[in-house]
Amino acid sequence: MKARESAPLDVETIREDFPILQREFDGEQVVYLDNAATTHTPDPVVDAIAHYYRHTNANVHRGLHHLSQEASIAYEDAHDKLAEFVGASGGREEMVFTKNTTESENLVAYAWGLNELGPGDEIVLTEMEHHASLVTWQQIGKKTGADVKYIRVDEDGRLDMDHAKEIITDDTEMVSVLHVSNTLGTVNPVGDLADIAHDHGSLIFVDGAQAVPNQPVDVEAIDADFYAFSGHKMLGPTGIGGLYGKKHLLEEMEPFNYGGMMIEKVTYEEASWHDLPWKFEAGTPVIAQGIALAEAVDYLEDLGMDNIQRHEEQLAAYAQDRLTEFDDIEIYGPPVGEERAGLVAFNLDSVHAHDLASILNDFAVATRAGDHCTQPLHDKLGVAASARASFYVYNTREEIDRLIDGIDAARELFA
Amino acid sequence: MGMGSDMYRQQILDHYKNPRNYGEIEDATYTHVGENPMCGDEIRMDVKLDEDDETIEAVAFQGDGCAISQASASMLSGELRGKTLSELQEMDTDTVTEMLGVDISPMRVKCAVLAEKVAQDGAEIYLGEKDIDKTTTEDDD
Repeated sequence: MKARESAPLDVETIREDFPILQREFDGEQVVYLDNAATTHTPDPVVDAIAHYYRHTNANVHRGLHHLSQEASIAYEDAHDKLAEFVGASGGREEMVFTKNTTESENLVAYAWGLNELGPGDEIVLTEMEHHASLVTWQQIGKKTGADVKYIRVDEDGRLDMDHAKEIITDDTEMVSVLHVSNTLGTVNPVGDLADIAHDHGSLIFVDGAQAVPNQPVDVEAIDADFYAFSGHKMLGPTGIGGLYGKKHLLEEMEPFNYGGMMIEKVTYEEASWHDLPWKFEAGTPVIAQGIALAEAVDYLEDLGMDNIQRHEEQLAAYAQDRLTEFDDIEIYGPPVGEERAGLVAFNLDSVHAHDLASILNDFAVATRAGDHCTQPLHDKLGVAASARASFYVYNTREEIDRLIDGIDAARELFA
Repeated sequence: MGMGSDMYRQQILDHYKNPRNYGEIEDATYTHVGENPMCGDEIRMDVKLDEDDETIEAVAFQGDGCAISQASASMLSGELRGKTLSELQEMDTDTVTEMLGVDISPMRVKCAVLAEKVAQDGAEIYLGEKDIDKTTTEDDD
């Protein structure tokens, strides 16, 4: 699929592929601004799922019949497509399908971390880390005796890179960082962090859950050792995520799950492991989801990732502009004018974030309120919760205006 | 655009903005605290019993959090006066939503019942039937 020439997204046409956006609640058309949590699924992706079950459905890898061969080829090709999409030149051998970003994180934590880490070793995370990484490595630290350290986040939601250089040392074995913060919208300098990590002989795991859907990603340019993402945040189905890993690392690692499909030869006493990536995909894998996710990638590439990124930056800047009109709104993350992904988390002085989200819901405006799986970061920000609006390919400025109208109504109600 | 939330009727907003019985009771019979980790709601309830050691004479609360949790605490503090501890223990989610007089969306029920659970757990601790430091709404449902 060729990427479209640099051009603004034709949002009106895109919206036709998302019938869910026509839904109304109490006469109000839904405004969906919760895309950092999950995105909607366009008709071609829904059709790919239906087509798979109607025409191709079979188990993969072992069937000698036509259906199994078709399903196997489509499923295996999907790995190549996703590998290429994130810049992995090794193809399917460097792309493991998992359940989601969290499982990708756990796969590396268990298959690599439990075996490689011990007392005296250090794991470096960031203060803006999502629970998917924070809780996982925290527990691996407890199990192995490795220490966990956190790179500081400054007042404007940027990583303190001097602090990063200070705490990443020769004792550091793993640096696990967000590419894009799901709370602050910060785009982290993951390439620089990879350089620092590698200078000290450490590996780096990059959580790309909020990056892969929204910008061109090149894991080799970043020089990430591992890179994870979720399908449902990029127009794909739930239940599938990806884990990129450098081939030699994946080869050296023990499997995460054991069972069928991931073995080469089994006796009553011993077993040996299948080739990459199947070694890490025990049991019947996410076949329909994998094929559908490849379709989602076609859809995204047809729009052009550069165009998507620009569209989101423009929406985020517009939202930030409109929200900063009001003195009683605090916005978290990088200030206007700095790079920011397509999301804005904020608080309205007089209204608790949960009350605000409930009132916005009365206007059919779907936002998120809570800690967004970053409780320690919210503790640092000094709030229990925040409201978050996050944008995607089908959102418009008019929808952000409706968000602002809803905030006005909440302010009035609580005045 | 429709004005308004069923959940944020005047009564709820009034109790949120002007909480009743807000503060402390110095000679409280029991004091207990609780939180709803999802929202970050926190409630502290002071309860003073009558000489019969059974009838609630006064209730005060302090807290921080969403309108639903704080209004619920304010309304409950008035509701409980004159009730017995066993009447308090009989209260449930329905009692609370009836008191609030609005439909609480499923995601917000934990906010609504926090104060009630704090008062109930405090009573059970006082009666020696329970041994916890803090109530959290994630615990028992």
